[in-house]
Amino acid sequence: MAQIVVDVMPKPEILDPQGKAVTGALKRLGYTGLSVRQGTRFEIEVEGEITPERLEQAQVAADSLLANTTIENYVVRVGE
Amino acid sequence: MRVGVVTFPGSLDDADARQAVKLTGGEPVALWHASDSLQGVDAVILPGGFSYGDYLRCGAIARFSPVMAQVIKAAGEGLPVLGICNGFQVLCEARLLPGALIRNDRRTFYCQDQNLRVESSDTVWTNAFTAGDEINIVIKHGEGNYQADAETVRMLEAEHRVVFRYLGNPNGSVNDIAGITNERGNVVGLMPHPEHNIDPVTAPNQDGRPFFESLARFLMAKVGA
Repeated sequence: MAQIVVDVMPKPEILDPQGKAVTGALKRLGYTGLSVRQGTRFEIEVEGEITPERLEQAQVAADSLLANTTIENYVVRVGE
Repeated sequence: MRVGVVTFPGSLDDADARQAVKLTGGEPVALWHASDSLQGVDAVILPGGFSYGDYLRCGAIARFSPVMAQVIKAAGEGLPVLGICNGFQVLCEARLLPGALIRNDRRTFYCQDQNLRVESSDTVWTNAFTAGDEINIVIKHGEGNYQADAETVRMLEAEHRVVFRYLGNPNGSVNDIAGITNERGNVVGLMPHPEHNIDPVTAPNQDGRPFFESLARFLMAKVGA
């Protein structure tokens, strides 16, 4: 089945406490020089072909529900 | 004074909010998230809790519930709306208030009595206070860190729409913001829980009462006019 992927990330200027916690845990495990920011990935299964209309739909869905554009950026793309 | 209190799946403080309305002389009306009727109430409270399990983002799914479509419409027409904690998050997701609430900067869930300063008495929900009043209201949240872009924060400050500020910022909120209002002053959102500071049996003080007295004063003045 065709798939659309939406990746949502906290905006660079917005503090990411989850990412900071993961970064701290990695450091404790001995990994150095790594800094993590944590986001969300949505995999949307699509019935039928992925058309420009379908992508447009996903764009609108991302903008209104999947991401909060006050604090997050998102990218809509066709999945593998 | 009929005050609707919305119950979403995962709301926790809806019963306390209804009790607070009752103890301050109002008539509480239970509103259900899946209903598109506000039952002709004079005001709406969106209570605290974890609507829809906080899935996706706090308040993000509640914002699209049938009752919220009516709340958004009525708020635009001037209906008094108070969002407490999760209710504040819902109001921000619904874009009735600007900005967003993210995880506390110290990654800790805070449950404590919190000192606040009332910054504006020019709203439906705070006109019984005097700007500068220092009050103490309970907070209990993990995601109460208020953030907005610099331009929005400047606008909120310039228009005196910051309603409450933390005295001792517990969560990293920009400019110590604990609560804000919309342009018209009928929609107020805050992280602290005034409905818990009502009953002398369970609360260390009654600093939550003026919220409900403010609403009563506003509604009386409206009837008078």
